[in-house]
Amino acid sequence: MNDTSRAGGAASLDVSIASKDYYSAGGGPLRALQDLRLTLPAGQAGAVVGPSGCGKTTLLRLIAGLDKDYIGTIVLPEHGRLGMVFQEPRLLPWRSVIDNIRIAAPHAREDDIAALLDELGLAEHASHFPRELSLGLARRVALARALAVKPDLLLLDEPLVSLDAALAKDLREMIARLIDERRITTLIVTHDLREAIALADRIFLLSPRPARVVATLEVPAPRKQLEREAAAKIEAQARAIHQGISSPR
Amino acid sequence: MIRFISLAALLLLWQIGASLSDPRRLPGPTAVFEKIYEEAVSGGLFFNLTITLARVVAAFALAMSFGSAIGYVMGRNKLADRLLDPWLVTLLNLPALVVIVLAYVWAGLTEVAAIGAVALNKLPNAIVVVREGARALDPHLEDMAHVFRFSPAARFKHLVLPQLAPYLAAATRSGLSLVWKIVLVVELLGRSNGVGFEINMAFQLFDMKLLLAYALPFVALMLGVETFLVQPLERHVSRWRRGVSRRLDRV
Repeated sequence: MNDTSRAGGAASLDVSIASKDYYSAGGGPLRALQDLRLTLPAGQAGAVVGPSGCGKTTLLRLIAGLDKDYIGTIVLPEHGRLGMVFQEPRLLPWRSVIDNIRIAAPHAREDDIAALLDELGLAEHASHFPRELSLGLARRVALARALAVKPDLLLLDEPLVSLDAALAKDLREMIARLIDERRITTLIVTHDLREAIALADRIFLLSPRPARVVATLEVPAPRKQLEREAAAKIEAQARAIHQGISSPR
Repeated sequence: MIRFISLAALLLLWQIGASLSDPRRLPGPTAVFEKIYEEAVSGGLFFNLTITLARVVAAFALAMSFGSAIGYVMGRNKLADRLLDPWLVTLLNLPALVVIVLAYVWAGLTEVAAIGAVALNKLPNAIVVVREGARALDPHLEDMAHVFRFSPAARFKHLVLPQLAPYLAAATRSGLSLVWKIVLVVELLGRSNGVGFEINMAFQLFDMKLLLAYALPFVALMLGVETFLVQPLERHVSRWRRGVSRRLDRV
């Protein structure tokens, strides 16, 4: 319930939001989040899943410190260095791929950056400008930039949205490999449950607006070997919970 | 090539016009070029051109640096914008001549008054353009810079400046031409050298050859600044836009 309980492995990310209101252009306040609590142990990947428009991106903005107008507490991992991949890549269009990474991570070593570009298949695009890249490539650059800062917390906002199926699968496997290898505490926001099962150790299901966490599901450890039935079971479980909260009203 | 033909046509038109009228009213190109040569040999041309150019550069630099700073603050801060906007509108609508005369009356017929008056005339124009640029800064990139903890220097250099570049280029372009025209007025009214002073002399002596012999080289000089300084600089800072056509498809 509060951010001081550290028993059983230090809670790396601890979010407890009493309420977050929006002021629409029309005037009245709109409650986006209410009594939303989630904790994510260090080195784990969590996925926030919910219907679109339920406030997932709002939650991510609060955690990233981009919006401080809320009631509640957010405890970031130690040092609190953030790496974030936004829905749109948000690269500096007037700087080359490699300069985009250098500027965001001024303390990163050149050979680390080179290795990162290599790993993400971006080596030949290092000197290109973002406008010359397709969305899939630009997303990978954004991912490389987020990893280059050696983040204590990695935030991914719908990392696979608007990519075609094959490309989404590639990038998903790439992300899964990277977060497994590096054990970075990662929070992924997505509307796609299968994506969440493929990427996360822990899934937080959100209710429709005002969003709160209605259930936390654990995905069994080596998720790569997760059998089809096991994955389907988690999916069915999640769908049942969702129906439970949305239909009776 | 087309520019060259167009320029030749202008010269031809001038020549025809000159042959149809009294040479004292409109001297032909050859007469004017002879006069330019004469003034150049005497050293007067370079002396006056240099003085005027120095005034243009000083006034322009003052107006652009203060104008950019004020425009940026007004574009980013609502309170500053509302506070300073009436001043800006006043300054925008104050005739150049009024500013110049006031400056000379208050500060005397000095260099400071002359350059200050020109800078003050250009200032509101720079503010308006840069304010527009500051308002158009992309908030998404700002959020990105916040998350990645860009230092203030990095934010300025990699985020703000590239976004303001087209606005600064526009302010430079319109500013240079405006400034040099006002510098001539300032020189005509209260300086004892420079192109504006010489043009005043030419007017009083009704010497059209002298007038054109000073006006044309300065136009050529400003054309040179535009072609060899402003345009290449602009091309350099906007080189990233050119890549659109060769967008790489999914690899």
